[in-house]
Amino acid sequence: MPKTGMLTTIPDFTLTPRIDQVGAEERASRFTKRSIKKEAKVNGLKLVLNMIDLTTLEGKDTEGKVKQLCYKAMHLHDALPGLPAVAAVCVYPTMVKTAKNALKGSGIKVASVATGFPSGQASRDVKIRDTRYAVDNGADEVDMVISRGKFHAGEYNYVFDEIAAVKEACGEARLKVILETSDLITFDKIRRASDIAMYAGADFIKTATGKIQPPSSMPVALIMIEAIRDFYYKTGKMVGMKPAGGISKAKVALHYLVMVKEVLGEAWMNNHWFRFGASSLANDVLMQIMKEKTGVYQCASYFSID
Amino acid sequence: MEKEIKKSSLSVSENGIEKKTTQKRLEVLKTYKIYIGGQFPRTESGRYYVASSAAGKQLANVCLSSRKDFRDAVVAARNAFGGWSNRAAFNRGQILYRMAEMLEGRKAQFIEELIQQDTSRSKAEKEVNLAIDRLIYYSGWCDKFQQVFSAVNPVATSHFNFSVPEPTGVVSIIAPQQDGLIGLVSVIAPVIAGGNTCIVLASESKPLCSVTFAEVINSSDMPAGVVNILTGKPSELASWFVNHMDVNATIYCEKDSSVQKMMQDKAALNVKRIFFYDKINWNSDEGQSPYFIMDTQEIKTTWHPIEHIAGSGGGY
Amino acid sequence: MPVTNKKNIKKSNTIKLKFDTGWSYAPAPESKSSASFNKQYDLFINGEWVNPLSHKYFDTINPANEEKLAEVAEANAADVDRAVKAARNAYEKVWKKMPAKERAKYIFRIARMIQERAREFAIIESMDGGKPIRESRDFDIPTAANHFFYYAGWADKLEYAFPNRNSNSLGVAGQIIPWNFPMLMAAWKIAPALATGNTVVLKPAETTPLTAMKLAEVIRESGLPEGVVNIVSGGGATGAAIVNHPDINKIAFTGSTEVGKLIQRAVAGTNKKVTLELGGKAANIIFEDAPIDQAVEGVINGVYFNQGHVCCAGSRLYVQESVAKELIRKLRDRIETLIVGDPLDKNTDIGAINSRQQLDTIHKYLKIGKDEGYQMYESSCSLPAKGYWCRPTIFTDVAQSARIAQEEIFGPVLAILTFRTDDEVIQKANNTPYGLSAGVWTDKGSKIFNMTKRMRAGVIWANTFNKFDPTSPFGGYKESGYGREGGLHGLLPYVNLSN
Repeated sequence: MPKTGMLTTIPDFTLTPRIDQVGAEERASRFTKRSIKKEAKVNGLKLVLNMIDLTTLEGKDTEGKVKQLCYKAMHLHDALPGLPAVAAVCVYPTMVKTAKNALKGSGIKVASVATGFPSGQASRDVKIRDTRYAVDNGADEVDMVISRGKFHAGEYNYVFDEIAAVKEACGEARLKVILETSDLITFDKIRRASDIAMYAGADFIKTATGKIQPPSSMPVALIMIEAIRDFYYKTGKMVGMKPAGGISKAKVALHYLVMVKEVLGEAWMNNHWFRFGASSLANDVLMQIMKEKTGVYQCASYFSID
Repeated sequence: MEKEIKKSSLSVSENGIEKKTTQKRLEVLKTYKIYIGGQFPRTESGRYYVASSAAGKQLANVCLSSRKDFRDAVVAARNAFGGWSNRAAFNRGQILYRMAEMLEGRKAQFIEELIQQDTSRSKAEKEVNLAIDRLIYYSGWCDKFQQVFSAVNPVATSHFNFSVPEPTGVVSIIAPQQDGLIGLVSVIAPVIAGGNTCIVLASESKPLCSVTFAEVINSSDMPAGVVNILTGKPSELASWFVNHMDVNATIYCEKDSSVQKMMQDKAALNVKRIFFYDKINWNSDEGQSPYFIMDTQEIKTTWHPIEHIAGSGGGY
Repeated sequence: MPVTNKKNIKKSNTIKLKFDTGWSYAPAPESKSSASFNKQYDLFINGEWVNPLSHKYFDTINPANEEKLAEVAEANAADVDRAVKAARNAYEKVWKKMPAKERAKYIFRIARMIQERAREFAIIESMDGGKPIRESRDFDIPTAANHFFYYAGWADKLEYAFPNRNSNSLGVAGQIIPWNFPMLMAAWKIAPALATGNTVVLKPAETTPLTAMKLAEVIRESGLPEGVVNIVSGGGATGAAIVNHPDINKIAFTGSTEVGKLIQRAVAGTNKKVTLELGGKAANIIFEDAPIDQAVEGVINGVYFNQGHVCCAGSRLYVQESVAKELIRKLRDRIETLIVGDPLDKNTDIGAINSRQQLDTIHKYLKIGKDEGYQMYESSCSLPAKGYWCRPTIFTDVAQSARIAQEEIFGPVLAILTFRTDDEVIQKANNTPYGLSAGVWTDKGSKIFNMTKRMRAGVIWANTFNKFDPTSPFGGYKESGYGREGGLHGLLPYVNLSN
């Protein structure tokens, strides 16, 4: 048994709570009915900015591209003083060193995807080495993908053990476990995978790679957030949440904040426990903050894309 | 019940051959008892009244049921309700059919009783035949009216929603006074076809068939308590039939407006459903319809979410 | 307020969620400017606003601040008589004779006009009745419009509704509606009555007459023939005048079982056809295999929807003992996040209690619950100084015999009871004079059908709660009334059938 912070006995994952999709969607839609205006909006948007994992995960990424992204992370919009920085920059393992250097002294974390991202179709050995490579190069956080094929085949022990092994390979780095919810399809399976990840030692659970459609959604994130709450209640251990993929609008990000606030509460309302994985969200948030400040609707051309 | 009552239509004693060889045989007279919970008790009150023909001929001593008999019958009906309403509708249909079979087999007795109660032979035969056919009519409806009167409702949200009729519960019935058999059958059949149980007060002036019909019911695999038949006076019992908290609906078949008003008033006690079948010709086709069944049905609507993940078109 | 990384990290042993976050929502009041209503309303009779013969008016107030909104005419028996005469005249001379498809088009038109003015209706509904704007905007008003739209289409298709029978209109329908869903109940009453060819005299509730007055405006604008719909405001005496009027053919009432019984007595000896939609004390049953988080939402939606002023509210919660602790913890967390306050604020979840009188009733039951020794939890939220308010409240470990488990409270108060077996809970659920609605939560299909079949109630929600739709019949068993509203089955109460 790896030392994964296990605080309780491992439950039978075939018995995880059942989810009614329609009810979950109704609940999620209630969060979107909250009206966030004025001061609450500006405060919320700043919080969102501070929770962003600014991300580039392209086959065509270069060191140059990553350096530019890191610069953007540190200078979101210099025309607007007093903005918080993003939480992290998220890159492939080969770009970790570049990012680490570029962000030196900024306090911004470097997150690296690993374990055969995005499909996860690699041997355990390759996944462990992928993880070690990222960590050895200075990654503060590792975003792993689970083996969805094994999960669908009912091999929950395999999935569990793999996460535990990666967690061990992470050492001090915090582990985010990507469920790739659009591969899991049903809410019941999303809940089950959440539980497996948390009991296996995840520091965060994360919705998606952003590489497949449809992107993750509020109801999916709600299922995971409720799993986090239940895990906290059972074990006393907090686990972070990272929705990723498809969140590109400030308004949607605020809905997520509402959801965190009303399901998990105060303790999770910071970037140690909640992140947005996004590439284009930051600029929309900046535009909204600018709009609130100036009263004028903004144009994307005035905000640097990276 | 010590009085000797001779059945006018029995003519065995007039058989010449028998006369020659034997002395006149004393007839065995039938005791007309009430029917509660599958038993044939006498009324707890010990009272009786004499049923007689229009010409004043005494036909039988008949139980003058009391409110306590009614109370006992309600208990029996309530106890029977769960089992009867949960039976397969097909099985209820079979039991109603069995009642028709039993009635067919005892046709002669019913005809004779009707004749005693001043119906002509041809009319009596017609009435008994119609009663048999009516049971078969409702036997067939047992597993069909639900289909006709149900609905799947196309609600706008992602839910499956359907409405089905369910029996309202225990029904008290004051049967038509004029039509001793067809009236009785016509009010009992739709109520029990729909899964209710009932307590019926038979025609005061023509009670004979009701007790004999109870015997038919009792030999038809009908669970005890589904149909309970009392004899007696509507004038005494009508208010008790409606003034009971454990009765869900009351059917009254006469035109007496003061009784109707009394019933509507007392029905408020427990928001009882009240039906007046006071304009129905039970000897015609208007005396049978699935709408009679529906009177003692409630509509239950059930909702359940429909998962809509695959192929929903929308992202999730 | 940028947050530093390590701030607010909880020690793992303090297992309690805290919802009072640094980030809170600013007030988001709906603007009142898009809604207008008069300072005074007369009676709407024969297509016109007429002064009441009673010469009396009464105030309708905003329960959220106790301020007077308007004054409304109080119809007496003579006023009701005038309205009935107008309805009779319209029935005999116009409405009965009109081709059904033309009748339909008027009703469609009313539906459309409500949709166009939905925002205005929603704001007035929330001001007059205290319900959150989110509910009046997203539920009451759209559902009311949809109800007209649905029944409009039935008008020329009635021969398909009743196999082998002809349906005949009844005449004049007297309709008395409650204060909990003023506009929606008006739609539930008027739409099927008109579609089946009847004319209407409608009395809105004393505390919530304004949307009915706005509806009268819409009806007038729609060009509906004069007298087809008449709206007479007033209190109990006005209702009694309708019930007792000899020229009314049909009474449709939604309200308390107590008044329903009075009506049933009052119409004794008449030929008035009656439908009653009365009280309830719905059992909401949660099994251990239920989708528990959705069940929590179902409970919340079941008992706190519309401040609990819902006849079908899931006010009796039965939880299987093995999950009771978890469920109660989640419910307690959940009520902490319910926002109680200004009904016009878009973020409000629970608005104002409809009236002082109703608030007193709720307080009476809270006291009874406490006096009987049940554990009470309420939200820690603060309440506005003026107006009528009640925190969402939970009683746990309640006994079947408790008054709070037996009597309709009609407020945001939940009684939680536990159970062990299926048989036990079915018996307990049915152990009530009421039979309006019920809920069941389990992941097991065969159990759902067992439960939904055996529970004696007119509407059963399985793995959901408090759902309504124009196509879906609504109404009770037992003392919850008789007759159905909504759907195909909602037509029958407004017709006589003939061969």
